[in-house]
Amino acid sequence: MSDMRTPLAKVRGLGSAKDGTTHFWRQRITAVANVFLISFFVILVIALQGADYASFTQALQNPVIATLLLLVILVGCLHMKLGMQVIIEDYIHSEGLKLLLVMGNIFFASIIALSSVVAVLKISFGG
Amino acid sequence: MANADLKANRPLSPHLQIYKLIVTMVMSILHRITGAALYFGTILMAFWLVCAAAGPESYQFAMDVFGSFLGRLVLFGFTWALVHHMLGGLRHFVWDMGHGFELSTANWMARATIIGSVSLTVILWIIGFIVA
Repeated sequence: MSDMRTPLAKVRGLGSAKDGTTHFWRQRITAVANVFLISFFVILVIALQGADYASFTQALQNPVIATLLLLVILVGCLHMKLGMQVIIEDYIHSEGLKLLLVMGNIFFASIIALSSVVAVLKISFGG
Repeated sequence: MANADLKANRPLSPHLQIYKLIVTMVMSILHRITGAALYFGTILMAFWLVCAAAGPESYQFAMDVFGSFLGRLVLFGFTWALVHHMLGGLRHFVWDMGHGFELSTANWMARATIIGSVSLTVILWIIGFIVA
C-alpha cells in the first residue's frame, strides 16, 4: 500500500519516538567531534605514559589540555550512550528489560562522565 | 511445492552463523563489538582520572595497574578497539555522504579498516615505546 502522507506531515510527526532523526544526527555530530578529540586523547595518553604525579597534574592544569580532555569525556560519553542504546534496542525485545537497560545505560554514561569531569576539574583547579 | 522436501537440512531462517563470513560483514560486527568494548573501557579512563584526583598514592597505584603486563595487554586491546572503531566510523561517513556502496569499494574499505586499525595500533605503540 502506498503511503499517502506528504513528506512534510511525516517530518512533523517525527515518527513513533517523536524525536525524528535526532538520535542519528547526534550520533554523527559526536562521531565527527570524536575523530579529533579521540586523536588528541591518544596523543595525550602517549605523552603522559609513566608520568610522575607532578608532571601529570601540571599537564592537566594547562587550560587547553583540561578543556580538550573535558570535551573528550563529555562528547565520548554522549556518543557511547547513543550507541549502546541502539544495541539494547536491537537485541532486547522484552519491553520491561529494555526499559531498565536503557535507563541503566543513561546512569552508567552519566556516572562515568561526571566522575571523570569532577576528577579533571579537581586536578585542573589545583587539587 | 508439493514435492518440496521440507525435512531437508536447509536454513529455514537466516542467522549469523549460517552465512559465510565476508569482510564487510565481519567489519560491521567488529564495529559494534569494539563500540561496546570501548563503552566498558571508559571505566578505565574514569579509574585513571579519579585515582589521579585522589592523590599521589592512588595515582601511583593506577600507574602500576596500567603498567603491569595485564594492564598493558588491556590497553593494547583498548587502543586497537579505539582505532578500529574510528576507522569504521570514517567508513560510515563515506556511506552517509552516499558514496562507497559499490561492492568493490565496500570490500576495499572493509579491508582497509582492518589492515589500517592493526597497523596504526602497532605504530602507536612503537611511538609510545620510543617516547617513553
